[in-house]
Amino acid sequence: MLRRQLQLTRLRVGVWHPSSRPFTHSRRVAVRAKPQDTSARFPHVKRGQFAEVTSEDVNMFRNILSKESKVLSSSDELDGYNTDWIGIAKGNSQLVLRPQTTKEVSACAQVLQLPPSCRRTPGGKHRVGILVCQAGCVLASLEDHLTDAELMMPIDLGSKGSCRIGGNVSTNAGGLRLLRYGSLHGSVLGVEAVLANGDIVDCLSTMRKDNTGYDMKQLFIGSEGTLGVVTAVSILCPVRPKSTQVAFLGCESFDMVQRILWQAKQMLSETLSAFEFLDAQSMTCNEENLGLKNPLKESPFYVLVEVSGSNSNHDEEKLNAFLQSVMDKSLVLDGTLATGISKIQELWQLRERITESLLADGYNYKYDISLPLTHYYDVVQVMRERLRDRVTRVVAYGHVGDGNLHLNVTTPQYSAEVAQLIEPFLYEYTSKCRGSISAEHGMGLMKNRYLHYSKSDAAIRLMRSVKTLMDPHGILNPYKTLPPDT
Amino acid sequence: MSMRVLVACKRVIDYAVKVRVKPDKSGVVTEGVKHSMNPFDEIAVEEAVRMKESKVAGELIAVSCGPKQCQETLRTALAMGIDRAIHVEVSDADYANMQPFHVSKILAKVAQEEKADILLLGKQAIDDDCNQTGQMTAALLDWPQATFASAILKEGSDMLVTREVDGGLERIKVKVPAVITADLRLNEPRYATLPNIMKAKKKPLAKKPVSDFGVDLSPRHQVLSVEEPPVRKAGHKVETVEELVGKLKEAGVV
Repeated sequence: MLRRQLQLTRLRVGVWHPSSRPFTHSRRVAVRAKPQDTSARFPHVKRGQFAEVTSEDVNMFRNILSKESKVLSSSDELDGYNTDWIGIAKGNSQLVLRPQTTKEVSACAQVLQLPPSCRRTPGGKHRVGILVCQAGCVLASLEDHLTDAELMMPIDLGSKGSCRIGGNVSTNAGGLRLLRYGSLHGSVLGVEAVLANGDIVDCLSTMRKDNTGYDMKQLFIGSEGTLGVVTAVSILCPVRPKSTQVAFLGCESFDMVQRILWQAKQMLSETLSAFEFLDAQSMTCNEENLGLKNPLKESPFYVLVEVSGSNSNHDEEKLNAFLQSVMDKSLVLDGTLATGISKIQELWQLRERITESLLADGYNYKYDISLPLTHYYDVVQVMRERLRDRVTRVVAYGHVGDGNLHLNVTTPQYSAEVAQLIEPFLYEYTSKCRGSISAEHGMGLMKNRYLHYSKSDAAIRLMRSVKTLMDPHGILNPYKTLPPDT
Repeated sequence: MSMRVLVACKRVIDYAVKVRVKPDKSGVVTEGVKHSMNPFDEIAVEEAVRMKESKVAGELIAVSCGPKQCQETLRTALAMGIDRAIHVEVSDADYANMQPFHVSKILAKVAQEEKADILLLGKQAIDDDCNQTGQMTAALLDWPQATFASAILKEGSDMLVTREVDGGLERIKVKVPAVITADLRLNEPRYATLPNIMKAKKKPLAKKPVSDFGVDLSPRHQVLSVEEPPVRKAGHKVETVEELVGKLKEAGVV
């Protein structure tokens, strides 16, 4: 009973304070901006040559799909599906289908050629470190399922409690463990997908090595559902480490962050499993909007270093040597170390909940770029100069170990003026540094028209040929990923 | 005149771990499971450190009874600001039978040997939820006890303690030496900072075999079985009020 009480009080935010301190934390009530209709926010997007959904269509689907599958057509049921989580845009879909099996997905695609949606069926099998599961499995559930077998998923993201593996694969999700376990292009061994014409493509290999013909599964990984609907995945699962430890460090400048990263790579090498950074403004946002506590004294930058492995003594020795070294070289201003799960989770929250804390400001302009480390933080200062007091805050955090920066700007409501000051300036800046305008978040609706900032014309033409080949009628996730046809 | 504060800490399964019952129902799985300091003891350590910072306390000593791994817990206490630690070494076999009754006898002896003015510890451990050690130790020492403390102040040569009780808050004055047990709202423990973590490695940690204390460790009660709570049964969804009333009547509750 008490354990639960502790869990509740520790994980709840800003709830208990010593009686000597008055309750001064103002926890901002998240007043999220109501998203604009996509047609208003993205006026350049024109509806394709598609039929409108009729009541006959709805009935036809109810007949095709089994009793357990769902057909949703009322506006309050559809609201959640139509609205982007960050609140950037709101679509106008009139119908959502939730098929239970790959055959049903295929039937939907074939018979009426409407864009199918993700499934909910749980269940996965694993053997020898390879997990085969259906696309609808929630990442956190898979992680729990693998724990008993002493395995783990090769990816981890802040949204693990709700994101599905099918979506992760379709978007080539990056996340917190990419540094150690690589991208999904490497860890996914096989994919089963349904094509636009209803064909079921079974590339669900469970072999670690399989060089037979073209590696078609790679087409579905990261193509955001525009080339096929992923219905099942086989994925290589690493062994769950027996020991995990996290150090949280405060440092003076971004130059120090880079030097600490280099030290970490050298001294921690194979035990290093995550290296994340956040700036002072991100920490302030956490404190103001979620009431999270800064474990260190205020610093311009914070770094979270995680090591994990099979032997806690070995890892602790390496970590202590690393910490001693960064202290001796005066690379850090302050720091703390966590070896117990609860403290480790508390420290991770400071990085994983920034996204949530930003939303409480109102409207969030979210960017995800890859930059060479030397230019990494300059862009943030440039943006602050450019936007000044037109915005609530400009924060940066991210997978600095992978060169990936999450730049975020917030205002109380959407402002076209602010949006225009950011785009395309930010993309041009990134392009000049030869970075990527979308490190892991993909193109979607927000960035597809800027694809040329990171890919050559020839490459984009090739992408279009592939799209035309695989989805001639353009029914799979239209208006996204590739730039609109001019 | 600053006091000597003795803080007792217990190493328990970390509260974020999903605890599983052993198949033979003799207890819970502890092998390979993450442990850390009992959260209420952490609060006690924090309070002791604050007492030293406000010069109410002079010397801080941490003590823990158990096998070798207890030393990790003591190092955490040292990293938070405790001056020195005592590890009362107990074999794995004896530890399996150890109960608050034995711990309180050991703590009473340590408190006397160290000439402690205050014995500070958590109100209870999150593994057994006994809530007995502080109280029994006070009885053995014939010291006053102030349990469930949510605030501790020094007033002259006495301690003024605010206790959380069912009816609200109770303020009592206790003469020193005394036993005080910490409750959740006493404070929010600090994160140990790196320089202190490094310094802690060099702070004295004395090891004393439990036999030195002449305590009979034979168990006074026997655990018959440990079982998981019953799985929650699925509920029923009803469409109408009539159906609800019908189901309630079936269940014999209306």
